[in-house]
Amino acid sequence: MFFKDLQKVLKQNIREYGMYIALFAIMAIFTVTTKGIFISSRNISNLVNQTGYIAVLAVGMTLVIVIRHIDLSVGFLAGFLGAVAAIALAFWKWPVYVTIPFVLGLGILAGLLTAFLVAQFNIPAFVASLAGWLIYRGALLLVTAATGTIIISDAAFNAIGNGYIPDLLAMDFLPKVHKLTLLLGLVAIVWFIFSQISSRRKKLAYNFEVLPTEIFILEIVFVSILIGLITWVLAGYNGLSWTLVIVLLVVGIYHFVTTQTVLGRHIYAVGGNPEAAELSGINVKKITYVVFGSMGMLSALSGILFASRLQSATTTAGTLFELDAIAAAYIGGVSAAGGVGKIMGSLIGALVYMSLTSGMNLMNVDIAYQYVVRGAVLVAAVVFDVATRSRGQ
Amino acid sequence: MSAPILEMRNIVKEFPGVRALSNVSFQVAEGEIHGLVGENGAGKSTLMKVLSGVYPDGTYSGEILFGGEVQHFHGIRDSEKVGIAIIYQELELIPELTVYENIFLGHEIRNGMVVDWNETIRRATEVLKKVKLSINPDTKIRDLGVGKQQLVEIAKALSRNVRLLILDEPTAALNEDDSKNLLNLLRDLRAHGVTCILISHKLREVIEIADTVTVLRDGQTICTLDAHKGEVSEPVLIKHMVGREITNIYPSRHSKPADEVVFEVRDWSAYAPRLGRTILQDINFHVKKGEIVGLAGLMGSGRTELALSLFGNPEGYRITGDIFIKGQRSFRHPQQAIAAGLAYVTEDRKGKGLILIQDVRQNLTLANLRTLAHRGVIDANAEIQVANEYRTSLNIKTPSIEQRVGNLSGGNQQKVCLGKWLFVKPDVLILDEPTRGIDVGAKYEIYTIMNQLVQQGMSIIMISSELPEILGMSDRIYVVSGGRIAGEMPAAEATQEKVMQLATNY
Repeated sequence: MFFKDLQKVLKQNIREYGMYIALFAIMAIFTVTTKGIFISSRNISNLVNQTGYIAVLAVGMTLVIVIRHIDLSVGFLAGFLGAVAAIALAFWKWPVYVTIPFVLGLGILAGLLTAFLVAQFNIPAFVASLAGWLIYRGALLLVTAATGTIIISDAAFNAIGNGYIPDLLAMDFLPKVHKLTLLLGLVAIVWFIFSQISSRRKKLAYNFEVLPTEIFILEIVFVSILIGLITWVLAGYNGLSWTLVIVLLVVGIYHFVTTQTVLGRHIYAVGGNPEAAELSGINVKKITYVVFGSMGMLSALSGILFASRLQSATTTAGTLFELDAIAAAYIGGVSAAGGVGKIMGSLIGALVYMSLTSGMNLMNVDIAYQYVVRGAVLVAAVVFDVATRSRGQ
Repeated sequence: MSAPILEMRNIVKEFPGVRALSNVSFQVAEGEIHGLVGENGAGKSTLMKVLSGVYPDGTYSGEILFGGEVQHFHGIRDSEKVGIAIIYQELELIPELTVYENIFLGHEIRNGMVVDWNETIRRATEVLKKVKLSINPDTKIRDLGVGKQQLVEIAKALSRNVRLLILDEPTAALNEDDSKNLLNLLRDLRAHGVTCILISHKLREVIEIADTVTVLRDGQTICTLDAHKGEVSEPVLIKHMVGREITNIYPSRHSKPADEVVFEVRDWSAYAPRLGRTILQDINFHVKKGEIVGLAGLMGSGRTELALSLFGNPEGYRITGDIFIKGQRSFRHPQQAIAAGLAYVTEDRKGKGLILIQDVRQNLTLANLRTLAHRGVIDANAEIQVANEYRTSLNIKTPSIEQRVGNLSGGNQQKVCLGKWLFVKPDVLILDEPTRGIDVGAKYEIYTIMNQLVQQGMSIIMISSELPEILGMSDRIYVVSGGRIAGEMPAAEATQEKVMQLATNY
């Protein structure tokens, strides 16, 4: 009975679980091939910090693709705005708390500009953002032309990409383990269990279909162990990094907006059928502005994360970020036909993508083969997605 | 009468749940112009698609004889090969290519590996002369008016040595001069031995030019009439077209409309920049509280365009005129129209009405989501409640409100559409073809819901091509024809013949 249920649940949700299984498989393979180095606390902590600036882009890109557009400009926009942040900090001596909102604001403006071309003049987003790609690349070269690489010496700013949350007061038990991280992990597990139980209760009250009890418990145990493991591994190095905190915040907010709010529903409605959305009183242009504006803001955030991580702005910052973000979104199950794609999916997609890079780097795989492997994984993910989707219909 | 060039015998074509053609037989004599008439949905287009191979051999039953031989067309190429050409209402020319490129598209004149452009242009000029079109063959299609494009289409058919030319509503988009021109050309082609099938709603044209007329109704051949024996006249054709028994029973209503006018449109005209022509002219009409007003008319008469232009004008027509609903309003977006108490249930529920990849709940609440939200966050429980209420009250048959709308039957999809707009709680509800493509049971349910709504004081504007439905449900009827209101009458005085006469009177 139990196994039959399990089989059924897996079959029905194969599309959703597929990504998690893929991520798990990739991590397992690299752990074996690198003799455990891959899963070491230090490497995972690094991997998470590297994924940060792609993950935030992938989150924004998901919504752009959901409304049937694309934004190629985000990579160099991130690079350019990272350089602006560096200049503000290094040359204009602006404090961090002014610089960051300023740069995020510029990002929103850049996004709105793309949206203006797309919504007002009906220019294909591909072309409008390709123009942006060129312009921001030029702008990046321009602002870094005089000095070359701009070194950032602001400690607070650099902590965003390199720092970790402080630990609780030193305690004697468990030395070398980050206690606050463990505590937060524990809180997350408790919160997860309670929210799952309460949502199940509500569904039962409405007589909705829910998972069989055994499977439900299995799911809770599985996810709890997963969160526990991740926090344990992270706590073994320096604990939770600020980058991860920011990424979790962004993902949390976007997940909430897309699943619980009117705005989120309107975005998916526009993606699912723009004409029906327009006739339902949804302002499609407005949604276009909102989505591209958010993309611009997240590009700025990505630029900040990257500049902070390198503690400098370079002339090549942001190169190919846009394609990595698009690849992550597609691996995460977003559909080019519009209206389909989850924020959580894109986060996993970004993790899959960056795990490949990290793992192959550890194995000393030639960069040429790395590109080939990444391409193959992208194709495999999308083929899997399309195949399971058509079966669902 | 000469020997038949085309004979279609006992054609039966079924779609899932619908029998589009039940036993149609149809004969066309060589060298004649054969008119094919019938209401919307009578089966004309389906019959022509069977003939041209769009529905390949084997997907229908029956026999097609062309030139005395049994034919098995597996695609349009096969029917083209024997000399059958169809010119559709939506022209199939490529706007960015030149006239001569379009004429020989797919049949390029080659000289070895390369296209022989000089020969192409020479032959194009020749064939353009045949259709009496004096233009430079180097002109791009997009620089031509619709009338001339139509002629290019015919030239294209002639360049392939067509023996049977089929024209589907060729004059629907043409002005009077262009129409006359076209009819003259058809006469000329007849004199040169080209056989022609003319499908048209404009009965006068058919009467003017056709040698023989076949009437289809409900997927069956009703009769074939010989013009030369004086059998063809407008009343006769209309009688055969609408002669259907009114088998649908309409639920009775116990309320009368009030005298209060809740919605009025004055001197409403619209110009469509994309089509480059005026689509609505001097429309005046009004709706009373608790009244069902029927907008009758044939497809392409401008009914849907009227509804869309009133409902916030999403197509971007250039509009003059006034709307009065709770005072004078003009709407720049459907959002404003909805806020003013207007709702529009589209005729194209899959294309413009529903989000097929989303579930029943999400579709039902989409147009009025804000009332279910506090500070932009949707109250999930309230939403589920609303969705379940409409599911029950409209009797939407679905396993759950979490079911994807794309998986529901047509009737249930229509109910979801309707529910979505009822949740907006409008004063005036525009229903565009509310029962198209749904089964009889669901139709009856929708009629019953309409009656309940007007009893509660809502006003309904019903656009429909089905005359019995218009007559059975409306209090008052406007007939739309060629973008104008061709007539108005109380339902009690209306007959199918009267309405059809106004609708076909351009």
